[in-house]
Amino acid sequence: MSARQRIEAREARVRRTMVTPEGIALPVMLASRGARFGALLIDLALMAGFMVLLAVVLLAIGVNLFEAGMEDNGAGEFIVVLYVLIGFLIRQFYFMVFELGARGATPGKRALRIRIAARDGGRLTAEAVVARNLLRDIELFLPLTFLTTSGDSSAANLAATVWFLVFALFPFFNRDRLRAGDVIAGTWVVEAPRKMLAEALSLGAGARGHSSATGARYAFADRELSVYGEFELQALERLLREGREDALVAVAETICRKIGWQPGSGDERAFLEAFYAQLRARLEGEMRFGRRKADKHS
Amino acid sequence: MALGIFRKKPFVPPPAIEEAALRSDRFRLEREEDWRRLDHIVTRLEKGRIGSLSDADIGELPALYRTAASSLAVARETTLDADALAYLEALVQRAWFQVYGPRSGMIAWLRRFLGGGWSAAVRGIWLDACIALAVMVIGTVVGWLLVAGDEDWYYALVGGGMADGRVPGASPETLREFLEGQDNAEGLSAFAAFLFSNNTGVSILAFALGFAFGIPSLMLLIHNTALLGAMLWLYFEAGLGLDFVAWLSVHGTTELFAILLAGAAGLHIGRSMAFPGQRSVLAAAAEAGRRAAVVMLGVVFMLVVAALLEGYARQLVHDMQGRLILGVSMLALWLAYFFAFRRRPEGEAP
Repeated sequence: MSARQRIEAREARVRRTMVTPEGIALPVMLASRGARFGALLIDLALMAGFMVLLAVVLLAIGVNLFEAGMEDNGAGEFIVVLYVLIGFLIRQFYFMVFELGARGATPGKRALRIRIAARDGGRLTAEAVVARNLLRDIELFLPLTFLTTSGDSSAANLAATVWFLVFALFPFFNRDRLRAGDVIAGTWVVEAPRKMLAEALSLGAGARGHSSATGARYAFADRELSVYGEFELQALERLLREGREDALVAVAETICRKIGWQPGSGDERAFLEAFYAQLRARLEGEMRFGRRKADKHS
Repeated sequence: MALGIFRKKPFVPPPAIEEAALRSDRFRLEREEDWRRLDHIVTRLEKGRIGSLSDADIGELPALYRTAASSLAVARETTLDADALAYLEALVQRAWFQVYGPRSGMIAWLRRFLGGGWSAAVRGIWLDACIALAVMVIGTVVGWLLVAGDEDWYYALVGGGMADGRVPGASPETLREFLEGQDNAEGLSAFAAFLFSNNTGVSILAFALGFAFGIPSLMLLIHNTALLGAMLWLYFEAGLGLDFVAWLSVHGTTELFAILLAGAAGLHIGRSMAFPGQRSVLAAAAEAGRRAAVVMLGVVFMLVVAALLEGYARQLVHDMQGRLILGVSMLALWLAYFFAFRRRPEGEAP
């Protein structure tokens, strides 16, 4: 199996295609389970942190009331009610409100660059967001509450643990890494890529074959260009964008050996820029006639 | 830190198109400016800073999105610049989420929900609601019959903690104590808040268990109503039957209705997963799940009302007639809202 096939096989497992109403097929990458778990931890930490803060503030208010001798006029009770209700609202609506926002992600998901999307490629509806988060209650909060409150009863502990594991391991037993809430809501969690556009590579003199350092001119014959395909071209593109000197030297040597040139030294960048531009021109020219060359083996 | 975030990036003029040696790079340079504008608009939308965008920008979003999408389609066939392709794919995907993202915010959605979306969803699961009702009636009858046949069943069903003195053979006076009200509202709001979180837990459980083909939902309904049947038997034996029904009906009509709907919502999911028809199981589950989720949000709302009735109204209204009237009129109110109020929610196909 060639390097290209290995990479493609790895990608095929997480790559899904979404077709927009304009008929453009957009690739989406499923979020890794690790990223989702990390996002959940961040969100839980935020929720817990907020609840602790709220408790401290309310407790301080309560102590002040007590010292002021106002403890039996209902104000203390009001504080308890406030805490219970805010706790309920946070637990039920934290995820919903954030996932209904423009980014379709909670702060935790945002930090790990993932978001939710509708599985069928349609509009993400409020109903779907609600459904997937109602299920979160039985997947996560209820078994955890059981575990912490069931005390010493080993049967109850075991039941709660099994329950918790069934849902926690659910994403490992389906192709799309859905949790139970995703199944019910028709959603999945995908990567939300943010990418800057790098510069076009064929702008300088190097791309036209001139070396500004030595004044040499590089021109490759068809036979020399035909040894490589798209996979190698893209590896070369990454290399040129990263621009690490030692890697450039090593690759220039390899290419020279492959096409039977005498490797010179000190002008590797210009050589590779010229080779990249001419190889790409050739492959793109073929592409326009519907002939594609995936890698050097094809 | 704030300065670093809000400072504008220095403007770099795009290179002249003729400078590019490759045809595909010239194609890219010609369109790059549009892509960057789309990027800018989408980034602002994602940050929730719509205010900083001009009307012209927002109006142009769909057009820019389509331009970028068609650029992507062309680029896939003509260019081997992996970086530009990856950028375009990410950009089109982000723009797609903005153009086809959730249209309404929480508030607008809530208005639609109360103005017809909820009652439509409840009507949509009428069959499951009927099944749940039948199961609950059966559960009550079974509970009654079991305890009537053998009093030991009472302890098995109700359990020691919850019975709290309400056991077979207790004097009518003891039983009556539980039905008495209070004279003021002290301590009631904490009680109501506790009841609410507790009941919501139970009903979300009834809904979510529908995931296992609805069977656990039904078992939960039976268990809870068998308990009710046992209690009914106890009070009727003591000659306090009507008092108990009145006491229960204040919040019970709302609460039992909510639990019925929660069970029905769970059953709806379970049923459509067991019998998906022409659709795939996943598609059927997703469709049923969305409808059931709407019902469930309503259930949470009903439980708020039930907790308020239970915490305040029941303790403050003492006489049997008043309680009965309150309970029955709440039931009539819910039925009218769900089945007589048929305005179609906006934006939904008839």
